[in-house]
Amino acid sequence: MQVASMHFKERAHVKLHDALLQSNLKKMQGKFVAKRRASLIELDDVEGTRDAAKEIRDRALENLDVWLELFERNATARGATVLFAETPADINALVLEIAARHRVRKIIKSKSMVSEESSLDHAIEAAGLQVVETDLGEYILQLNDYEPPSHIIGPALHKSKEEVADIFARRHGTPRRTEINELCLEARQMLRQHYLTADMGISGGNFFVAESGSVVLVTNEGNATLTTTLPKVHVAISGLEKIVPTLEDVATLMRLLPRSATGQSISNYVDILTGPKGEGEFHGAEHMYFIIVDSGRTAVLASEVREALRCIRCGACMNHCPVYQNIGGHSYGWVYPGPIGSILTPMYVGLEKAADLPSASTLCNQCGVVCPVRIPLPDLQRKLREKTFEQHLRPWSERAGLRVWAWFAQRPVLYAVASKVGVRVLRWWGGKGGLIHSLPFGGGWTDERDMPAPTGRTFRELYRGHAQSPAPSERPRRAA
Amino acid sequence: MRVGFFVTCLVDLMRPSIGFAAIRLLEAGGAEVFVPPTQTCCGQPAYNSGDRADAKALAAKLVGEFEECDWLVTPSGSCGGMIRTHYSDLFRDDPAMLRRAEALSTRTRELADFLVNELHLERVPGRYECTVTYHDSCAGLREMGIKTQPRALLAKVAGLTLTEMADCETCCGFGGTFAVKFGEISARLADNKCQHIVNSGADAVVLGDLGCMLNIEGRLRRRGDHKTRVLHVAEILAGDAA
Ligand code: SF4
Repeated sequence: MQVASMHFKERAHVKLHDALLQSNLKKMQGKFVAKRRASLIELDDVEGTRDAAKEIRDRALENLDVWLELFERNATARGATVLFAETPADINALVLEIAARHRVRKIIKSKSMVSEESSLDHAIEAAGLQVVETDLGEYILQLNDYEPPSHIIGPALHKSKEEVADIFARRHGTPRRTEINELCLEARQMLRQHYLTADMGISGGNFFVAESGSVVLVTNEGNATLTTTLPKVHVAISGLEKIVPTLEDVATLMRLLPRSATGQSISNYVDILTGPKGEGEFHGAEHMYFIIVDSGRTAVLASEVREALRCIRCGACMNHCPVYQNIGGHSYGWVYPGPIGSILTPMYVGLEKAADLPSASTLCNQCGVVCPVRIPLPDLQRKLREKTFEQHLRPWSERAGLRVWAWFAQRPVLYAVASKVGVRVLRWWGGKGGLIHSLPFGGGWTDERDMPAPTGRTFRELYRGHAQSPAPSERPRRAA
Repeated sequence: MRVGFFVTCLVDLMRPSIGFAAIRLLEAGGAEVFVPPTQTCCGQPAYNSGDRADAKALAAKLVGEFEECDWLVTPSGSCGGMIRTHYSDLFRDDPAMLRRAEALSTRTRELADFLVNELHLERVPGRYECTVTYHDSCAGLREMGIKTQPRALLAKVAGLTLTEMADCETCCGFGGTFAVKFGEISARLADNKCQHIVNSGADAVVLGDLGCMLNIEGRLRRRGDHKTRVLHVAEILAGDAA
C-alpha cells in the first residue's frame, strides 16, 4: 500500500471535520470496549492467561528460526509447499508464479492484512487476472475502488450501512437496500458464483503451527472456509512472526484472541488447515502453498521494539485508543493503524516516512493495559521517539524548545530567575480573566483552548518566605 | 517521618497554592515535610520526547535531591509515575545510578495515595457544599494505581457530593508535549472530556494532575463555560476551594 503516514496531521485534520465519519466512529466506539470486558469475565484467570499468552509468543520469537524450520518440515511432509518472501514485491511475484503454474484466471481472497502491505490485489489485476475479496468488509472496500481498510479486524468499520447501501446499488446495479440482513444476503449472492468459479483461494494466517505444519484462520463469516477449500489451489500468506510452537499454544491464545477482538468467546469459524486434500478426503484444495513474509520483521526482531512482534492482531489497542477513536484508521496512512500501527508502520516503511506516528499518542497506556499479549505499546512508542530525536526527524523548533527548557531546568538558580520572569509575563498576558487566548509558539495549544494564566509568583518564591525545611547541610541523614 | 515534597514544575509555575495545600495536608497527617530548594522538574517532558540525555540529567538531579528523605510525595500522578516506573529504564546502563533511582522509586508516592495508605488521614479540614466529579488521570490510574484513594478522601469532605461522569478513565488529551504538537487532536479529546463533565451535572471537576487541569480548564473556558470549576484534590481537601 502506498504510504501516506507523512501526512498524518493533515489527514487527521480532515477526519476530525468529516461529520459522517465522526458519527460512524461514535457509534462503534463503546461497543468493542463493553463487549471485550463482558467476555473476559468468563475466564477464570484473565491475567494468568495473558501471562501465558505472552510467554507463548516470546517463546516463539526467541527461537523463531527453529520453529520456522520445524514448520517448514512438517508442512512439507503433509504435502504443502513453503515459500519465503523477503520483500512485499516477493509476495506478489510468488503469488503470480503460483497462479501461472496452475493456470489460474480467477482468484478469491479472504482477509489478509499482509497482502495489503504489498498491494497484492493491484498486482494480480495488473497481471490480467481477476481477484475478488470475500470478507464482507474487504468486499465493500474493493467495490468502492479499493478504499484502504481502516481497522485490522473490521476493514470497513468506518462505513455506515447507508454508505454500504449506496455502494452496492451503484456497483451491483440492484435496487438500494438498507437493512443489514438484506445487504449481507446480497453480498452473499454476489460472492457465491465466485467461490464456485475461482481457481485459487488466498487467505491470511492468524497462526502457523510449527508442530503440525498447519495454518489457523479465525473468522466470522465462513468465507475463509470456502476460500481455502473450494478452489484447487490455496495460498496462505502471513508474517513470519505468526509462528506458534504447538496446537496447545493456539488453544491458549484462542482464549484471548476473539474475546479481545470482538468480545466473542470463540469466533464463528476456526479453520485449522493442514496440507492439501489427501487421498480419499472430500474437502480441501489440491495444492497448498504457504508464503511466509519477512518484509521488515526480522529487522524488528533485532530492534528494541521487538515486543511488537508478539501482536496477535486482535485490534483491542485501537478499539481502546482515544486518539484512534477520534480520528479513525485512515489518518495513520498505512495498513496498520492505532497504537500497534504507530510502531509497525515506521518499522516497516521507514521512520522518516512515518515520523509523526510514535509521537501521535498521549501515552495514556489504555492500549497497554488491554493488549492480550502485554505489549508495552507506550514504551515502544517512546523508544521510537528516541530514534526520531536522534535522527533529527522532528521540527527543529521542537528540539530547540526542549533543549532550552532542559538547560535551564538543570541550573536551579537560573531556572528560578527565568521562571520568576516567565510567570509574571504570562500573568500580565492573561489579563483580568486569567486566561491566555493565544501564545506565539503555542498555537497548537491555544487554537482551540485557552491557557489558564499563572498566578504571578512561583511556589519556590513563596515558600522561601516561610521555609520550615532545614538547609541542606543541616539535613539529618536517613537511617541506613 | 521525613517527607520530601516534590512540588512539580507545573504547580511551581502555574498554581503554587496547590503545593501549599498539599503540605498542610501532609503535616496534618503527622509528616515532617522537607522541600528540597533546588528541585525543578522530573525530566518527563524530555523523556517522552525522546531526549534521553536531558531526561537522565534531570532524573539524576532529582534523585540526589530526594534520596535522603524517607518518602518522596508529589501532587501529580504523572510525575510520580515518571519517577516510580520510568527512572529504572533511564538508568538501565548505569548500575550505580540504577540502584539509587530504584531505592527512591520504591519510596515515591502520589499525594492522595500517601494520605490514605501511609498517613491514614482520618479527617480533612476541607468543607465544600457542591457536587464534584473526579477525572482519573492516565498515569495516576495506570502507573500509580490511583483510583479509590482520592474518592475515599473526597468522601470525608463535609458537604461534598461525588458523582461519576461517563468515561472518567479516558484520557483528557493532554499528553504533555502532545497537546502542542497535535493540538487539534488533543483539543478534541479535551472537548469530549468537557462534555462528560458538563453532562455529569457537577459544579466542579476534581483531579490530581496539573497537566489535565490546564487542558480541561482551558477547553472548558474556550467553550464558554466559566462556571464549572477545575480543582486539584488537594485544594478541596485542604479547604482552599470553598
Ligand atoms: S498490539 Fe496487542 S492489542 Fe494491539 S492488535 Fe496487537 S495483540 Fe491486539
